[in-house]
Amino acid sequence: MKITVASGKGGTGKTTVATSLALSLAVEPADGARPLFLDCDVEAPNAHLFLDPSLEQRQEVGLLVPRVDEAKCTYCGRCAEVCQWHAVAVVGEKVLVFPQLCHGCGSCTLACPEEAISEIPNPIGVIEAGPARDGITFARGVLNIGEPMAVPIIRQLKKWLPTQPDQTVILDASPGTTCPVVESMRDADLVLLVTEPTPFGLHDLRLAAQVAQELDIPVGVVINRDGVGDSGVDDYCREAGLPILMRIPLDQHIAEGIARGTPLIDIRPAYVRRFQDLYAGILERVGVARNGGSTV
Amino acid sequence: MKQIVILSGKGGTGKTSVTAAFAHLAATNGEPCGMSVDGSTRTVLVDADVDASNLELVLSPQVLETHAFQGGQVAVIEPALCEECGVCAELCRFDAISAQGGIYTVDPIACEGCALCFFQCPAGAIQMEEQQAGEWFHSQSRYGPLFHAALWPAQENSGKLVTLVKQQGRLLAMDEAFDLVLVDGPPGIGCPVISAVSGADLALIVAEPTAAGIHDMERVLATTAHFHVAAVVCINKTDLYPEGVAEIKAYCARKGLPVIGELPFDTVVTEAMVQGQPVTAYRPNSPISQALCAAWGRLLAAVEDGEAL
Repeated sequence: MKITVASGKGGTGKTTVATSLALSLAVEPADGARPLFLDCDVEAPNAHLFLDPSLEQRQEVGLLVPRVDEAKCTYCGRCAEVCQWHAVAVVGEKVLVFPQLCHGCGSCTLACPEEAISEIPNPIGVIEAGPARDGITFARGVLNIGEPMAVPIIRQLKKWLPTQPDQTVILDASPGTTCPVVESMRDADLVLLVTEPTPFGLHDLRLAAQVAQELDIPVGVVINRDGVGDSGVDDYCREAGLPILMRIPLDQHIAEGIARGTPLIDIRPAYVRRFQDLYAGILERVGVARNGGSTV
Repeated sequence: MKQIVILSGKGGTGKTSVTAAFAHLAATNGEPCGMSVDGSTRTVLVDADVDASNLELVLSPQVLETHAFQGGQVAVIEPALCEECGVCAELCRFDAISAQGGIYTVDPIACEGCALCFFQCPAGAIQMEEQQAGEWFHSQSRYGPLFHAALWPAQENSGKLVTLVKQQGRLLAMDEAFDLVLVDGPPGIGCPVISAVSGADLALIVAEPTAAGIHDMERVLATTAHFHVAAVVCINKTDLYPEGVAEIKAYCARKGLPVIGELPFDTVVTEAMVQGQPVTAYRPNSPISQALCAAWGRLLAAVEDGEAL
């Protein structure tokens, strides 16, 4: 079972929900294995603050960028022609490579008639993993400062650690609705959209729900800070047929605890049960029989 | 003409609410809040959070022009020409091509648009097709011209669209001698943020005094420093976690970064949003509006003097 926690708008409580869901499942693992948590917000990763992992494993993520062997190169310019991002330029008898524009597709390498191009990894970030609180396996990606591309790190993070067939995987996505979010949602069994009942929350919830829809993944909604704002989010969920699986009221005590880096279930222990119920709602939504594991 | 970009690293710290308030204060010289900034600051507004653009929700813009945004291209396989050799699927590094019953197709969402398959297909069966990925708008808002965009969900190239709306804003600002381009930036530190930062005279970081907010503030400040853009900090929701406020101030003092504002947590901000207004227009005398007014004055001074530069 793979659950991606996303939102559209930032700061709605994705990490709060994702970490407490993982912790609640680790208390009483519903399906035998303790959860695997992947922090896919590689630009601004925060889940480690709540799950206390000891990051024992570390791997650099590099994007394969071209290296031109000037001894073989005839400066024909074919590499520059095929590159869609202008990451290679041929100026007179010089080939310039701009690693930060390169998407690592390998097109120039294949197109070079002289076989003068090889590829070397250009580091853009790291992936790190280790045991976290309550037996959770934790992994995260971290984008290097100044590097534009988050997606290759998320892609590598997702396929890094082996998972057991019955293990729940929780992916904490970044805000927004573009490529990093798409990569975090792809192959998920359910997208859990955390929103707040405000005009900004609603506007971005609609967009995030459309992404899940394009990827053909079922959606469940969590309304955080319930009670602020207006009824727009409720109205929209009803019209669009999106089930609201949980509501977390606006609570100063929770907000202060989260600010300190305390998981929600430690601030309000009664929430363990509520998150377990949320998981049951997710299973129901995905159409998986709780003990059978077969897709309906 | 100066250009200020508003960033945060972490999402939801209040970038857009702060930008909207500054747009209002720029247009009114801070008068509704009982303060007057010397001279007017004619401002062009740019919403650079193109995949979750919320500034329009509180500025009620009238759209003057709508333009299509060509995001990039995707590969399309012509089944009549395809010889089912599988070279494309084998070479694609983005797992975008798959075969079902011998029919090869491209997943347009996974396709990066690199055109490798187009160049390598021995049968010449692949074409690259331009795709519209969204729209951008030139609008007139209550507080001046606004350039904003709607990137369609699940599309790529948000950095390119950010660059485009900013460029349009700058062109108008130069043509019509505006004083300031105010850019509401996206969360994070990756591609769209790098596009939003480029060319800015000053970055304003809206920081939240929470464990996560401070962590991400440090990452976005490292990013602005990497691109040699001066930064100042405004702390939002100060009463949420006083130790966090102290931590941010200590960090800024160590790095020599001015803290130009401290905004209290107030549900009146959400009320204003529901009313579709900047909080300074909705409740000009509230403590948060007063604090925003003071921050606005200091921000203008910082960008004028190059205090932080």
